[in-house]
Parts: sequence; structure tokens; C-alpha cells
Amino acid sequence: APVGLWPHLFTMFSTLRLASGALSSPARCVLRSAVAAQCTSLRSFAKKAKSEDNGEIIIPLDSAHLTHRCDGPTSKDIPTSQEEMLKFYETMYAVRRLEVASDTLYKQRLIRGFLHLYNGQEAVAVGMLAAMKETDAVITAYRDHAFSLLRGGTYYTILSELMGKAPGVSKGKGGSMHLFGVDHHFYGGNAIVGAQVPVGAGISFAQKYEGTGGVTMVAYGDGAANQGQIFETFNMAYIWKLPCIFVIENNGYGMGTSISRAASNTDFFLRGDFVPGMKVDGMDVFGVKHAMEYACDFARNQGPIVLEMMTYRYVGHSMSDPGTTYRTREEVDNVRKKQDPIERLKDRILKGNLATADEIKAIEKTVKKDVDDALRKAKAAPWPDMEELYHDIYEETVPVRHVERANNFYPPQ
Amino acid sequence: MLRRSATLLKTSCLRRFSVQHGIRQMSSNTEIEGDKSVVDGLDKAELETMNLFTAINSGLAVALESDPTACIFGEDVAFGGVFRCTMGLKDKFGGKRVFNTPLCEQGIAGLAIGMATNGVTAIAEMQFADYIFPAFDQIVNEAAKYRYRSGNQFDCGRLTIRTPYGAVGHGGLYHSQSPEAYFAHTPGLKVVVPSTPREAKGLLLASIRDPNPVVYMEPKWLYRSAVETVPLGDYEIPLSKGRIVQSGSDVTVVGWGAQLHVLAEAVKKAKEEQQISCELIDLRTLYPWDEEIVFESVRKTGRLIVSHEAPVTCGLGAEISARVQEECFLHLEAPIRRVCGYDTPFPLVFEKLYYPDMLKNLEAVKDTVDF
Repeated sequence: APVGLWPHLFTMFSTLRLASGALSSPARCVLRSAVAAQCTSLRSFAKKAKSEDNGEIIIPLDSAHLTHRCDGPTSKDIPTSQEEMLKFYETMYAVRRLEVASDTLYKQRLIRGFLHLYNGQEAVAVGMLAAMKETDAVITAYRDHAFSLLRGGTYYTILSELMGKAPGVSKGKGGSMHLFGVDHHFYGGNAIVGAQVPVGAGISFAQKYEGTGGVTMVAYGDGAANQGQIFETFNMAYIWKLPCIFVIENNGYGMGTSISRAASNTDFFLRGDFVPGMKVDGMDVFGVKHAMEYACDFARNQGPIVLEMMTYRYVGHSMSDPGTTYRTREEVDNVRKKQDPIERLKDRILKGNLATADEIKAIEKTVKKDVDDALRKAKAAPWPDMEELYHDIYEETVPVRHVERANNFYPPQ
Repeated sequence: MLRRSATLLKTSCLRRFSVQHGIRQMSSNTEIEGDKSVVDGLDKAELETMNLFTAINSGLAVALESDPTACIFGEDVAFGGVFRCTMGLKDKFGGKRVFNTPLCEQGIAGLAIGMATNGVTAIAEMQFADYIFPAFDQIVNEAAKYRYRSGNQFDCGRLTIRTPYGAVGHGGLYHSQSPEAYFAHTPGLKVVVPSTPREAKGLLLASIRDPNPVVYMEPKWLYRSAVETVPLGDYEIPLSKGRIVQSGSDVTVVGWGAQLHVLAEAVKKAKEEQQISCELIDLRTLYPWDEEIVFESVRKTGRLIVSHEAPVTCGLGAEISARVQEECFLHLEAPIRRVCGYDTPFPLVFEKLYYPDMLKNLEAVKDTVDF
């Protein structure tokens, strides 16, 4: 029977909370402007951004980052704004709805193959990409829907890609695990565990070589963190001072194996050895953004850095995994109740009077509608031409043997 | 006087010994020449007599000069490389463009792929083809499929992986392998093997500039022993186009790389001793390979022999045989013969037995004609 492992999150949180002396209740927003303090719940949140005050809100960091061989951010205050908070809410909620829609499609057998969902981990992608420049590069593994949505994908193009339809992000030829966005410097979407890490270092090498000033964010999981090529990459990145940010999305389980059983050292942010590292609460979108800003600056000016994002996935590893054979339902429910990134942000927004419950519902309704519309459109989207089977193997079209026998192929109806 | 006669004696003994045991004789002026059209019309000042590693060195210098994004990296390349292919390049182009990597083939390949997808012409070296296997996942799963799975948004066309391959007479299991078949089995990759210095430079430049990832395998046996005139300038030999090294009418003989020189000797002996006229074809690009040149030849001769160093089962000879019998069945006068390495690991002390040498090929030519 699987050991009832209480998620690593809670151990870390209790340690950090003791260490930093933070309050156990959710942090309260400190509104700088007196005018803002008087805003009523009826005022439209869209107009708020244009008010006289600068609208800046300071959020104290919930859980301090643990650092290794670096100082970490000096300030524990995270500047944000009402606009940004609501944007974060909308984006994280959109990612969640997208994953729910994908789940439904899979169960309707309109998506075949393998599907890896991001429910619970939304804060990591949203927070990180908010701290990066548009021209910085992003590469990740196969739990990539959120990254695609933030880098060039739309609900329609992503859902089409999952179903293998022609308007898909990768022309229907990649599927869930291979969403790319060339115009947004998003290098996918990679199925082979850990393989994207040296590739990501290569991308950052090219950035340094061409002097673009960009950084590359290379994301991988706690399971991949034990792959040999990752240590080869740490070594090369360090000796050449590559502008590379290695991000470990530690959700506690590599498929069905808990980190305590897979890793001799579960402090993944230390595994870079000489490469500096930071451990971050990945369920707090502001903490993630705060850490990532520091990391981007570090990578741009000094060299590689490792960020370990403590996060959690409510769903199984993929659709074939119920997610309950190696952990208890209680554990999942507890995290969902106490640590859910979307609920935490909603709490902050409501307690800070930045929006009413109705306004939030309105955001949610719009997102739901957009996703449903896109879903309907994607279901009706056309299949790719059969010639796509043998296009894009090489740059030029080459004769592909026996393709005439493929002419009787019909995609599943 | 005494020393000179002793030397003569030694050489003649050696020669007899080698011929008796069928060991491949590699004279410094090889039997076969690279593509003549490449040197036609050039005057002496534009040519130089070079061996294979010098030709490759020259090709790499041209590549770095013509493409400011190009860089060369791998284990020990900065000082010149273990086979001297990168001599002087660091001094000429700087340590930012020619640099050493740590010993990590998988990391090197992954890094090269990332660089290639982001606008840098990455020329990575695997010190020996025998060491390419940790990088196999990166090459097969990442490099070959990047374009396809991203719907042509990204590609690693700027990637070229250079690696010395093949027997040297004493290399043993891990310094003699010919892994071309593993890569030729991967759509999305190209596999190129030169057979002479002139061919090497032209094919190398074509491979580097081809907008697809290429595995460029250099026959290490020929690094020093193959010598001919090579143009000093910039030229390319097209990929996926074979060449007829020598015309003939009785048997088609197909090979590539160092093996081509063995076949050239066998073909010469066949002509001298048996009056059999063989048509010798150098495939140059192993994948995608030039089918038409082979089909045309077989339709003429009706007989085919394929010879390679790699083990016979599932080697490229199998693919060529299958295709030829599909397309030229009615033209065949005899079964297609493959004269290849045995299905054993590349042996150390038994290399002479293992190797598909001149005598084995000569025998195959005879048998094919006598069928």
C-alpha cells in the first residue's frame, strides 16, 4: 500500500513559517492610496486602473524563499496592482478551465493518446511568465498547456491541437505534448523526460552567442530531476555562464513515485551543486513572480540558477493515471482546500476589496463561455490534409516509401 | 647500403604477408579519386594536395568564414582534435566559436540541438562514432522530429554532427563501429559518408548548409591515407546524389566511405584476373539515398553486390537489396549479394577475419557472375 505521504508542501510551509515568523492567516494587502481604500464594490474594476493614484499594491511575501549560493531578492515586498491581480486571476482560471475542457474531451474520446493536465500548478506558469520578457525563451516538458496559452496559443488553437485538427498550434501534428509557439519564443512541449534541459541550455547559449540579452526558462519535473543529462547541463551552463533558469516543478510525484522514494536528495534546488538555487512556494503566484524576477536578473547578468517550485497536481500524472493509487484522496483534498492558488488569489482580491464576488463571477463566466465557444469551434474544425503525414520531415519534400498505401487512412470519426 | 637493403627486404616481406592474408592494402595514393568535375577548370593555385583530415579542416574553415553564426564544439576540438580535423581553427576564429565541451555526449547533442533551433549553426563533434549512443535519444527523438512535431515552426536544420567511424585495423569493439544503420532508420535525419578528401570537403559544406540535421560520418581509416588534390575555395557536392566511380557492364558494386577503396581493389582484380567489368557506385548520402543511380545500373548489369563494414543483419545492405528487388526484379540475373561484417561485435584480434576485405568481395563478384 502506498505510504501516506503528507505532501512536501506542508513540511516546507511549516518550516518556513516558523523560520520567517509569518502569520498563519492569509497576508493582508496594504493599499497605499487612501483613495483606493474608499473604492466601493460597485465601481467597475476596469476603470480602477485609470484612477488618480498609482494604484500600486504591496503584498508581503507569504513564505520566504530558501536560497543556496545566492542572496535571493533583497525586498520581501511584492509590488502589484489591482489590474495585475485580476489579470492573474483570469489567467489562472483560464488555465484551469482549459484543463477541465481537455479532460472532458479526453473522456469523450475526442483526444487520444496521452494528456497531462496542470490542475493545481497554475501559479507556477502564470507567475513565472509574468516576470519574464516577451522575448525570453521558454521550454518545458509535456505538461505544457498553460505555457502555450501564455505564449501564443489560444483556447481554439490549443484544443484543436489536442484533437489533432488542422488549426492546431502545431498543425495537428504534435498533440498535447508538442505545443509550440515560434513567434513567442516558446520551444515546446517535449515528451522525452529531461531531454528539453540540454536543448534549453543550447537555446540560452545561442542567446548569449548572439548577444540578445535574453534568458531561457527551462522547466522540468521532480522525476526528470534525476536524469543524467540534467547534471551534464548544469555543468556546461555553469562553466559557460549561460543565461539559463532551470525550474523544477516539484509536485511531489514522478508519475506514481513520491520524491522520497526517487531522489536521494529531495532538496532539488541544491542539486545544482555549484549552480545557485532557490526554493519557492509554487502555490503563491506572487511568490513565484517575485522569485522569477530575481532569477531573470541573475541569469541575465551572472549565470545559471535553479528554481524549485513547490507545487501540487490534483489530477494524476496523465489521463491514464487515477492519481489515487500512490496517495490518499485526503491529501489531494487537503491541498485543494488549503493551498489552491486560484482560491488564494480570490481570497486576496475579495479581502482587499479589489473586486466583488459578483465581479469575479463575471470574469469566470466570460472565461467559461470563451472556452466553451472555442471547444465547439475546435470540435468542428477540419482535419489536416493527409499530405501532412509526410510533410515537414525534412525542409524539402522527399519521396516517402509506400505512402500510397496510406491513402486508405481515415482519422477516427 | 646495408640499411637500405634491409628496408627493401622488410617492405617486400610485408607486402607478401599482407597479400597472402588478404589484409587491405592502403597505399598513400588511393585507387579512387573524388569527383573530377569539382577540380575541372581550376588552376594549380586554387588546388592543394590534401589528406582527408586536412580537407575536412579546410571545409570547416570555409564554413566558419562564410557563416558568422557557425561554431564548432566537442571533446578536445580546441587544440586541434584527436584526428587533427580542427587544427588551427581556434586560433583563426577564436575560442568563442571553436571550443571544448566536457565529456557528455548526451549533453553535447542536446545543447547543439537547442543552439540549432535558435539560429546558431552548430557543428558538434562526437569523438568516435562508438560514443554517439548516449546522444542517440537526443538525435533521434529531438533533432529528427523537431520540425515535424512543431508543424514546421521550429527545426534543427542548422545542426551537423561530425563523427569518425569505421575500422582502423586495431580499433577493437569501441573504436571501429559503423552505426550508420541506426540513424538511417530515422526519418528526419540525413546520413552522409565521404570517400575521398575532395568528396569530404564538398559533402561537409553541403551537410552544414543543408536545412536538415545531418550526421556526417568520417572514415577514420582515410584521415591520413587518402590523399588527392582538393580545391582551396568554397564548393559543395549535392546530398542524396550518388556517383559512378567507374563504369562497367557486368556487376553493380555499391559501397561508401573507406569500404569504397577495398571495393575498388576488388573491382580492379576482377577486371585483371577474370575480365569481369564492374560498375562501382559511391552512394555518398546513405539516407535519403540515391535509388535511381543504383536501379539504373542494376537494370544494365543485372547483378548487385553491396558491401559495408557494419554487421550484415539489418545493415544498409539489407535496405538496398530490398528496394532493388522491388524495383528491378525482372532485371536480376543473380541473387543480390551483401559482403559485410559478420553479426558479431567488432572484434579486436579477429579483425582480419571479420572484415569484408578485397578477397571476400572478389569472391562475391565471381560467384555472382557464375550464378
